[in-house]
Amino acid sequence: MMTSTGEAVLFWVLAPAMVLGALGLVFARKAVYAALSMIFVMVCLAMVYVMQQAEFLGIVQVVVYTGAVMMLFVFVLMLVGVDASTSAVETIKGQRWIGILMGVGLGTLLVTVTARAALPETVGLDEANSETNPAGLARVLMSDFVLDLEIVATLLVTAALAALVLTHRRRLTPKIGQPERAAARMLAGDHPVNLPAPGVYARHNAMDVPALDPEGNPIEASVSRVLRIRGQEHSLDTDVTTLVATRDAAELTGDHGTDTAAERGGQNDDTDAATTEGEA
Amino acid sequence: MEVGNYLYLAMILFAIGATTVMLRRSAIIAFMGVELMLNAANLAFVTFARIHGDLSGQVIAFFVMVVAAAEVVVGLAIIVAIFRTRKSASVDDVNLLKG
Repeated sequence: MMTSTGEAVLFWVLAPAMVLGALGLVFARKAVYAALSMIFVMVCLAMVYVMQQAEFLGIVQVVVYTGAVMMLFVFVLMLVGVDASTSAVETIKGQRWIGILMGVGLGTLLVTVTARAALPETVGLDEANSETNPAGLARVLMSDFVLDLEIVATLLVTAALAALVLTHRRRLTPKIGQPERAAARMLAGDHPVNLPAPGVYARHNAMDVPALDPEGNPIEASVSRVLRIRGQEHSLDTDVTTLVATRDAAELTGDHGTDTAAERGGQNDDTDAATTEGEA
Repeated sequence: MEVGNYLYLAMILFAIGATTVMLRRSAIIAFMGVELMLNAANLAFVTFARIHGDLSGQVIAFFVMVVAAAEVVVGLAIIVAIFRTRKSASVDDVNLLKG
């Protein structure tokens, strides 16, 4: 049966494009290009299905193949690494030429068989599709193929489970959570809590001056490790008049003059600073 | 144009898919070749359904699509599992059983 001119035009546009896209699968250097040409071939196939009075299959082709299957391929490409290229070294000698030969041979064989086959006169699906294609398809699917439908449902569930099992990663070591981390820190004997903040002296606005412990001694660890390594840390004795020293001096001399108060402006402790200001 | 032209197209696509499986060493691309072969078979089924005026061909093509979807899920899961253990998606690197 001769088809309509419109169908012939669409076929001769789509068919070479599909063959080129399929060849892209063979020759593409990168896997992503191969995936894209595959998507192109599948969308063209969907158009061919619709053209051949298989509207339902055309839609399913777009939804299932290009929408689900090829997206899955692209996702796995992303997981495996887009640039993961295979080595050019042939494991089997002359595999490329043998493969091309066998491919061309297979193509020739199949095309020859098709050419020599005596096809019956085309009936067309106008009668079978009389109540629209999906309705006719459903009638066949739910009567003649209902057992196959059930088996395929089982197959789908099994495949979903298989994917879960295959990609499941068994945990070889116990999970490390917050309690385990805390216990490890205590065992290691490090500071169990935060390090003390460096002393803030008004004169230095100082990250580089150590804080004082309750007895007035400097805490070395309170200054950033980087500053200590660079040697930019200020020691309390030489550069900064310490709180303790000032207070001792004030108590000894009994002098509450402006000099001492100015010095006390550089204290690291809010309450002391407030009293100093009050005294001043 | 004869309806048989669709069959020629299906045969050519099938041969290209088979060539892909034989030539490409990346497991994912070889797998796409298998998908192309399945699609070519589907095209032949749809064409034969039209030639014979029988919707059974389209139903079979529908089943092929479902089975292909299940197959892709399992196949890609295997590829991912192998990639995790062997750090490679090449079919040549899966040679643990080689004597």
